[in-house]
Amino acid sequence: MTEAEAVGAILWLSLTAYAVLAGADFGGGVWDLVAVGPRQAAQRRAIAEAMGPVWEANHVWLIFMIVGLFTCFPQAFAALAVSLFAPFTVALIGVVLRGAAFAFRAHGREAVGPTEPWGAVFGAASIVSPFFLGVAAGATASGSVRVAASDVRFVADSPWTLAFIADVGLFAVALCAYLAATYLMVETEGDTDLQADFRNRAVAAAIASGVLGLAGLILAYVGARPAFDSLLGRGLPLLVLALVNGPLALVAVWRSEPRLARLAVVAQVTFVLWALAVGQWPYLVRPSYTLDSAAAPAATLTGFLIVSGVGMLLLLPSLYVLFRVFKGRNPASAEADRTNPA
Amino acid sequence: MDNVSLARITMGTSLGFHIVFAVLGVGLPVLLSVAEGLGLWRKDAVWMDLARRWSLAFGVLFAVGAVSGTVLSFELGLLWPRFMALSGSMIGLPFSAEGFAFFLEAIFLGLYLYGWNRLSPVAHWLTSIPIAISGAASALFVVMTNAWMNHPAGFELVNGQVTKVDPLAAAFNAATPTEDTHMLVSAYVSTGFLVASVYAAGMLRGRLDAAHRRGLAAGMTMGLAAIALAGVTGDSSARFIYTDQPPKFAAMEGQYRTLRGAPLHIGGIPLESHQGVVFGLEIPRGLSLLAAFDPNAEVRGLNEFPAADRPNPILVHLSFDTMVGLGTLLGLLAVVFWGLVWRGRAIPTRRPLLVVLALAGPAAVIAMEAGWFVTEFGRQPWVVYGILRTAQAATPVPGLFISLVAFLLIYLALAVTTARLLLLFAERRRRAE
Repeated sequence: MTEAEAVGAILWLSLTAYAVLAGADFGGGVWDLVAVGPRQAAQRRAIAEAMGPVWEANHVWLIFMIVGLFTCFPQAFAALAVSLFAPFTVALIGVVLRGAAFAFRAHGREAVGPTEPWGAVFGAASIVSPFFLGVAAGATASGSVRVAASDVRFVADSPWTLAFIADVGLFAVALCAYLAATYLMVETEGDTDLQADFRNRAVAAAIASGVLGLAGLILAYVGARPAFDSLLGRGLPLLVLALVNGPLALVAVWRSEPRLARLAVVAQVTFVLWALAVGQWPYLVRPSYTLDSAAAPAATLTGFLIVSGVGMLLLLPSLYVLFRVFKGRNPASAEADRTNPA
Repeated sequence: MDNVSLARITMGTSLGFHIVFAVLGVGLPVLLSVAEGLGLWRKDAVWMDLARRWSLAFGVLFAVGAVSGTVLSFELGLLWPRFMALSGSMIGLPFSAEGFAFFLEAIFLGLYLYGWNRLSPVAHWLTSIPIAISGAASALFVVMTNAWMNHPAGFELVNGQVTKVDPLAAAFNAATPTEDTHMLVSAYVSTGFLVASVYAAGMLRGRLDAAHRRGLAAGMTMGLAAIALAGVTGDSSARFIYTDQPPKFAAMEGQYRTLRGAPLHIGGIPLESHQGVVFGLEIPRGLSLLAAFDPNAEVRGLNEFPAADRPNPILVHLSFDTMVGLGTLLGLLAVVFWGLVWRGRAIPTRRPLLVVLALAGPAAVIAMEAGWFVTEFGRQPWVVYGILRTAQAATPVPGLFISLVAFLLIYLALAVTTARLLLLFAERRRRAE
């Protein structure tokens, strides 16, 4: 493994962590926006309690990934920033509004009562951000980021390419919603009715993401051949795992096995992301940059690996403590702890 | 407007907005830690109560700082792709280290904000310490990258290609020691005086309880220590720039002609047509004395540099004098305040003094922003000093105007909501008492 490949693996692991952790926080926003029924308020409370202590830490994976990308693959980063300016900017606006809205609502509720406009902003931004991050991922995977000499641009070969990209955006939103619903099944253990609400939502999200995922494969065949070739080339074993695991995850959700369902859905997201990563190896941005051709000088890569190693030694135990304290037993009382400091 | 101007305005606004929350992310955890520690060891309910109040406010401020910081990490590429393509491999390591520091700050803040009942009192207090350390570390790492833009080091440029990259030499470039220390203490200056302002304003409205007096004292303690250090570090910064970036130094002082025994200009407007500063107070030989400890030292003027390589002296000089002027006044205020405390054996509550104290926080923030104006406008026309011009670094994409307007509206909404929430927190406290 070259150093560039090692860095690529670290960044893809970070993307995976961001997807399964912060993805669920976006999904929480989706379910907050569409909260309905007699337990509407209880649903929103469960979402806020689950996100409160961890969402900011989950969010940092994105920053780490961006920084790692511009440190170790500066040319590719610049090319993506130019060709995908619009989706990244909109996703960024979504990320800002989502985070601020959540904080305003969570910390402001006791002082000012429900802050409704920010509630709607929180939900809407939680859809916009993963959609446009998915769009950026779809555009990159479809081989639409073209670099010719110093000219970088987004080129869609056919309307089907755009359909594929839009599908990936929707797929990302559906997966976020799916992750959130299964996590919330675990968080609401002990409250049968509330848990059933999230179980129903998980089933809906499972079906939606299944349909969008399969549609993505077909659209990739028609309009995004590089992505299709990746998934059915080197990525095939992981794609098969995803296709087998998908129905199993749905069964676990259907039979209300929260912890098993959570594991299966995390595995599903991981399989999908790694099928793409392994599939397009050795490319970073197809067809212009491979991991090695886009890599920064060796000294920088070595430095990044050292900084990452030392950083992880500090980070991982801290993350363990955070999740142990808030996601161990009886997770739901964390919010009460904050609002009623003894 | 052209892309370069739009990108500069967007980046400048984003930085100017984020830095206010960023400095509070550096300074507030120190105050939180001290207040909770005092509350714990002295079994003092007032200090404990202060820590709880600050914790609530910090929850909102940190979130806004985190999301506005995310904007910056993206905007580096979205607005300045050519800058990042050139320098990503050199400034990336401090940014990566900053990523981990920010990670730790977010994790321990989650534990701190939501852990009041889940953790033992001592364990809870202990979580404040990594927040304070990683907050300071974040600031040091990030400013290293700005120092590199002022003093690019750790590489060689051969036919426009970067070679022989040494990321450690890039991170620890010659500008790092002065910039890092000056920014870190400035973060404590801003936090200290802002906290003092909040309590002075409360006292002006008749709330003279122990919590207000201690809140004011805590802020002014941090303010006094930090403003003294800001003077020392600022002085070494200026003298470093005198040798390292003569055009910036000349712009700071409005010096057009190269002179031995150059005078110091306080205030006034540098005008090219006058080849000097008009309406300013002139102190003969002052500049040479301050810059080199030698009344006859030579100070190079703007005329020595091609017009295309000069920063705008009006902006830089006025920003510099704003920073130094306000910093000096804040230092005097801190000395007077503690002098009165020492003489009267109590926190002074005279209205005129409280009015000035209430204004000190905003003044400290203005001084810090003015300091960044000096650094950034003073480095122009370069984004990487002597290597890459700002005009060559901006993105070619269309639509920057729309993104600028969108971000301006977002910052406005965030600022208004944050201010409103903090006021409501205070209001609710008052009603509860």
